[in-house]
Amino acid sequence: MTIPWLTLLIAAPALGAVLTALVPAGRGTLAKQVAIAFSLLSLAIAIAVIAQFELGADRYQLVEQQAWIDALGIYWALGIDGIGAALIALTAVATPIVAMAMWPEAEAEKRDPKAFFALLLAVEALIFTAFLAKDVLLFYIVFEAMLIPLYFMIGMYGGPQRRYAALKFLLYNLFGGLVMLAAVIGLYVQSVDAGNASFLLTDLVALDIPVETQRWLFLGFMLAFAIKAPLWPFHTWLPDAAAEATPSNAAFLSGVADKVGTFGMIALAVPLFPAAAAEFAPVIVVLAVISIVYGALLAIGQTDMKRLIGYTSISHFGFIVLGIFALTERGATGSTLYMINHGLSTIALFVIVGFMISRRRSRLVADYGGMQKTTPKLAGVFLFAGLSGLALPPLSTFLSEFLVIAGTFEQYRAAAVIATVGIVLAALYILWLYQRTMTGPERADIGATRDLGRREIAVVTPLIALILAIGFFPRTVVDVIDDGVGPTLAEVDVEAPPPLVSVTDHAAEGNDE
Amino acid sequence: MNAPDLEYAALLPMIIVLGAAVVGVLVEAFVPRGPRHLVQVLLALVALAAAFVQVVRLGGTEIVGAVGSVAIDGPALFMQGTVLVLAFVSVMFFAERRIEGGADAFAPAASSLPGSEDERVLVRERVLQTEVYPLAMFSVGGMMLFPAANDLLMMFVALEILSLPLYLLCGMARRRRLLSQEAALKYFLLGAFASAFFLFGAAFVYGFSGSVRFSDIDAALGARIGQEGLLLAGVGLMAVGLLFKIGAVPFHAWTPDVYQGAPTQVTAFMAACTKLAAFGAMLRLFYVALGGVRTDWQPMLWAVAIVTMVVGIIVALTQTDVKRMLAYSSIAHAGFILTALVAVDQVAVSAILFYLATYGFTTLGAFAVVTLVRDAGGEATHLSKWAGLGKRSPLLAATFGLFLLALAGIPLTSGFVGKLAVFSAAFQGGAMPLVIVGVVTSAVAAFFYVRVIVLMFFSEPAAEGPSVAVPSMWTTFGIGVGVAATVLLGVMPGPLLDLAEQASVFIR
Repeated sequence: MTIPWLTLLIAAPALGAVLTALVPAGRGTLAKQVAIAFSLLSLAIAIAVIAQFELGADRYQLVEQQAWIDALGIYWALGIDGIGAALIALTAVATPIVAMAMWPEAEAEKRDPKAFFALLLAVEALIFTAFLAKDVLLFYIVFEAMLIPLYFMIGMYGGPQRRYAALKFLLYNLFGGLVMLAAVIGLYVQSVDAGNASFLLTDLVALDIPVETQRWLFLGFMLAFAIKAPLWPFHTWLPDAAAEATPSNAAFLSGVADKVGTFGMIALAVPLFPAAAAEFAPVIVVLAVISIVYGALLAIGQTDMKRLIGYTSISHFGFIVLGIFALTERGATGSTLYMINHGLSTIALFVIVGFMISRRRSRLVADYGGMQKTTPKLAGVFLFAGLSGLALPPLSTFLSEFLVIAGTFEQYRAAAVIATVGIVLAALYILWLYQRTMTGPERADIGATRDLGRREIAVVTPLIALILAIGFFPRTVVDVIDDGVGPTLAEVDVEAPPPLVSVTDHAAEGNDE
Repeated sequence: MNAPDLEYAALLPMIIVLGAAVVGVLVEAFVPRGPRHLVQVLLALVALAAAFVQVVRLGGTEIVGAVGSVAIDGPALFMQGTVLVLAFVSVMFFAERRIEGGADAFAPAASSLPGSEDERVLVRERVLQTEVYPLAMFSVGGMMLFPAANDLLMMFVALEILSLPLYLLCGMARRRRLLSQEAALKYFLLGAFASAFFLFGAAFVYGFSGSVRFSDIDAALGARIGQEGLLLAGVGLMAVGLLFKIGAVPFHAWTPDVYQGAPTQVTAFMAACTKLAAFGAMLRLFYVALGGVRTDWQPMLWAVAIVTMVVGIIVALTQTDVKRMLAYSSIAHAGFILTALVAVDQVAVSAILFYLATYGFTTLGAFAVVTLVRDAGGEATHLSKWAGLGKRSPLLAATFGLFLLALAGIPLTSGFVGKLAVFSAAFQGGAMPLVIVGVVTSAVAAFFYVRVIVLMFFSEPAAEGPSVAVPSMWTTFGIGVGVAATVLLGVMPGPLLDLAEQASVFIR
């Protein structure tokens, strides 16, 4: 019998969640240790899984398929492709880091930390399942189920407005999810009508759905994903959630969990409804460009650091969506790489801001100033994370942003040009944030602030190392992602307006002149 | 005239339950007061279990018996089995005596005036009301017959057998007796009205087809004999009677008052079992007898389904009482089920059967939890009292949270699979607009379910909040069944879905 690696990968954090929850009350430290141990175990399994992934072999590897609900054609179907592998890696790396960063947060709110860590692992298990699911209903189930633990994490451990933020988060996402449910059912009915009732992705992709139907179903899926990976105008829950959740929870939410939305776009919405995706792509590209500029502009205006980073994420998600719906291979590869890099740099920004907040008990930019002198290490890592956020070469984010814009340029020149404004604005919001908090005259009461402790250094070191490593040696990651992106887009190309031709035409015209 | 031949084996489950009800009346008369409570409880539980065993043994039977008036087929047996299990759990809730300190949830004598000296004496002497058990058994008998009734008269008889004991049970609360009696009276008056509508409609349909037998009505529809006007009037009037029982808008006005006023254990029983039986009857009537004129009644049920979902959800948003909130939620769920009913399809039958079973277990459990949150005046049903319950009693709050998530249809609970099943049946039946309304109202519904979770887990406990009673084995076991069903049918719904699918063919 072969080892069901992917099920193991999901089972490890799930088991960890249960065991963490079973730790007796009052033994907070033990609960945290159990949780971190299991997040490291998941990381080890994830490494083992990715090590087995072969480039250029089958599209989905390590496939497992088991009938789950026979009557409705629902399967426990898992498989990993290049896109999934990259995102699994991100999740597996991020979870122990976030867990380490979360260490003192529950106590700071005078709450038992046990549930916080158990919920974190539960979400990790659900995210793994979402990235691996090869059954649309299985994906939908974890997509929705994930909301409940995240809701409790925001609502039980966050700031003063946490209940409001948690409810807003839940209702926005639940609404999107339920609309998606109607579309999932509609898709299923298509497969019933075709004589083979099944939720399997491979079966559904093979269906020949009329364009008229595709449009509705595509919109149903996209609404859910556009809320999850917030795209303007569905974004308003994110700044609230980012501001009210604890810093590391906000890091996990926008750095990892929201990637399920963009993953859904590239791995489900586009291949399932290629004709509709091609049709709606211009509209979505416009929304993405608005997100990029709008998120960046609002980030500049924020006075609350967590809210500021929340808005930068909206801008970055705009880039990711832009790359996906350029429907070019370069754009899609860039987007997937962007998901990884945005994850790393956002987590770094949020946890470092969390370190600052834990020192001065304030989220407001105005309460900081001149910290560079007393806390040089903190200032240094903050600057590094910020530069990574604004995509400074050769940090990892640079390449992804470049690929997205280049990929978009092949199809939508204007959009690509406007998107570059986002890069300029990113420099503005990051550097201005740094300037106001870290440089300038030292505030009178800032003298006694501690610099980074050992735990904090342990949290940021792997993030910095990874950002540098992917920046200098992007080849391996890009190859893996390309392996998944190629076949995904191949399904669209059949019906999409031929993109490369027009570009070559233009190029040819250019040569003639 | 010869006595008719009866298929005793097929009718045995109903005979057992109704027989036990009759024996229960005799127990009231002959068994001394001391052991009477225990005898009644055991009699009821044993009869329900025995009837369930017989239902299981009948699996696969398809006969029209009792001179054509009763059909024992897949849907009937599925409904009967589910009613029996749900009633079994309900009777266990009835038997709970620890949370009232040795007394149960029922008035010692329903006939004594509330607040009178008589009542005080009875309470002091710790007299227990045991007539509830035979009454419940009669009602269960009616609920088993209702979805099996194969002619209009038998359906009416079953409707009355299930309703009359329920009216009485509603008026028997030990606490807040005036509210309880008011609920009983309202339920009785409106219920009598609805029954009259049904009977009137049945007369019209008889006028159209010349027969009360469902197969004859179907044949008459095919032959297009008789007067169309009579038929349509009859269908409309009968629909009123049945829609009243399932609590669909605009025939829902009784639901919140009765759910709130009735003893909570009875509310649980009623919410789970009556809805199930009434949907069973409705399915048979509309699919077997009136399937031929579906284009005439489908638009009506479309409208009712939409209004039921929308009104149920919107009014539920404004509720401040847990029982009333669950009542409006039950109205909304009736709307969700109706979306599949209009599809007229075998898939719809199995989806509805599954939904009713899952909904029954979740509702039973939710109301049972309500019985445990108490203050000096009995159950503390006002939502403000539930604030911070998660801190005081995490297990209870988590259990209630699970039931609420299931009612909201969150994945990995039974409610999600049920919703998926009915909505996909509706979609396949061409009722896509209903599905859209369904998912949008589900999103709104999530708000008020989640609001209670917010209240329980994220709010600070009220200074003089209620206490959580420690129940005896009866209630604990019952809630455990609810939790197990809600989780298992959410994670592993396969076997029950298969069973519902096999049981989804009506015999004609």
